Amino acid sequence: MDASFEQPMKTSVVPVAAPRKRFESLRGHKFSRNLVWLLMSLPAILWILVFKYMTLFGVWIAFTDFKVRRGVFGSDFVGLDNFRFLFATDTALRATANTIFLNVLFITGGLVASLLIAWLMYEIYSSKLTRFYQTMLLLPRFISWVVVGYFVYALLATDNGLINNILRNVGLQPISWYATPQAWPGILLLTSLWSGMGIGSLIYLSGMLAIDLQLFEAARIDGANKWQQFSHITLPIILPLVVINLLLSLAFILNADFGLFFQVTRNQPLLYSTTDVLDTYIYRSLIVTQNVSMAAAAQFYQSIVGFVLVLLFNWIVRRIERADEPLALF
Amino acid sequence: MATYSQKLREQKRLDTDRLMNLLSRFSIHIVIILLSLGCLFPLLLIVSASFTDEIALTRFGYNLIPTQFSTDAYAAIFRTPGVIIRAYLVTIFTTVVGTILALALMSPLAYALSRPDFILRKPLSLFVFFTMLFSGGIVPYYILMTQYLRVQDTVLALILPYLVVVYYVLILRTYFAALPSELIDAARVDGAGEFRIFISIALPLAKPALATIALFTALNYWNDWTTALYFVRDPQLYPLQYMLYIIQSNAQAMQLQGSVGNITVGEVPTQTARMAMAVLATGPAALMFLVFQRYLVRGVTLGAFR
Repeated sequence: MDASFEQPMKTSVVPVAAPRKRFESLRGHKFSRNLVWLLMSLPAILWILVFKYMTLFGVWIAFTDFKVRRGVFGSDFVGLDNFRFLFATDTALRATANTIFLNVLFITGGLVASLLIAWLMYEIYSSKLTRFYQTMLLLPRFISWVVVGYFVYALLATDNGLINNILRNVGLQPISWYATPQAWPGILLLTSLWSGMGIGSLIYLSGMLAIDLQLFEAARIDGANKWQQFSHITLPIILPLVVINLLLSLAFILNADFGLFFQVTRNQPLLYSTTDVLDTYIYRSLIVTQNVSMAAAAQFYQSIVGFVLVLLFNWIVRRIERADEPLALF
Repeated sequence: MATYSQKLREQKRLDTDRLMNLLSRFSIHIVIILLSLGCLFPLLLIVSASFTDEIALTRFGYNLIPTQFSTDAYAAIFRTPGVIIRAYLVTIFTTVVGTILALALMSPLAYALSRPDFILRKPLSLFVFFTMLFSGGIVPYYILMTQYLRVQDTVLALILPYLVVVYYVLILRTYFAALPSELIDAARVDGAGEFRIFISIALPLAKPALATIALFTALNYWNDWTTALYFVRDPQLYPLQYMLYIIQSNAQAMQLQGSVGNITVGEVPTQTARMAMAVLATGPAALMFLVFQRYLVRGVTLGAFR
């Protein structure tokens, strides 16, 4: 391309010879600038290449009879056999059902709790107190799952846990919680709410704080009560935020928080019927029973469903978003 | 006169409104305070248990206030502090080195991707952000780490996994892109090189975002136990959280064997000592959280949580 094309600002005031020289140096700069940027990107790009892209080739393991000493591409190709075995076992189907059921439970519970807390916080908003409350509500998210497992044990231990003590004191039979699978969806829901509601409510609160106060003023003059104000003003305005959060979590409906399910249940086999999810199943296949091919098949199935759902939901979000308020991920 | 009584009635209505308003505000505060206490309560339970006498804990159970106050658990830990100090050192080392390296890797990439006249911006962005949509998951990653990189049982295994979090790159890129371009142009006119501009102009301006990402990364490293679960078998390399997990599961195994009538497996700390270790392991993270919490709240608005 002609050099002058890149610099349309040049005027005739400038001597003829001078701009040529300047172009060249600018072009040189442009090249060196891009080179510097490329060099700056390289270390992280290299990391991504190794840890994110080389592992993509690893999905091949799902289609092989994987033998460690023969490597990923040296192992025998077995087509869809691993998947056939996988879906023939009750464990994988149970893990899938548990993952979906518990995720729906967590997503609904989390949504209701976060919206409610955000609304309450909005009603009493004052910068200092709100910050204090936010700190308290956020804290649980930064406690490691190991420690969460510790205090859930302190609450639920059969012999000397707090809850069984209370039950005994009011004259009820203590319950051996770690052998009572039907109680665990509820326990895990509470734990997940405890850990996640701070962030959820904070996201919705910041959405609410952006709403124009005049809207509420007008509604109040028209005689709308608090609930009407919430359902007719607040909710519709933050709905896009709610929808995108909902779709994002639904896209990852086959992914479970490994820490929650591994540490809080203390990986107790007696509880597997309600608490074994795909992530814990994959862990066991990989490390405990060391059936790498089976783990890879479950993993591939989880990843591919997530990928398809993300694409699908992103497409839906693109349909419903308004031009002035882009929400889609890409 | 009618207007006067009307006014009076109106005034009365406003008063009751105000009272109701005050009452409802008051009850909302109560609800939120209860929730906040609910968030704190489980942690207090552990702290209380760690300061309880071992026999009292077994007999009277866990309680919010120690049934019989005792510092024996801490004394026992500090009598043979070798294990916990070792774990502390591992965790501190991985947290500090990991966080520094992570920022050194992520921020230049984010900056480059934020430059509108970077020719490779589009293809590189696609390359980077595609990984958020599809991931090979833990199985290929496990094979990569153990069969190809062969980093199991090295400190590298603990540091490598969180060096680049693509989501954080996205946040940093957004922040860099919003920086005023005049400053950067001015520096360019002054003859500053691109790398220099990044170091002495872009980075200082992006401090809030960098602090947020640093905090998130540090907490990721501090609370990490899964990496050790997969890649560390050498007790010398146990990070704090994994050590907590190991002593808990040893105690569980001992209980199981005990009930079958078998003999104990190795040295297992008492219940209170385990709780005390949990307190010691959580303390620094909780402190980090409290000191830098404003960066966390900012992290939420920046979208640092998925």
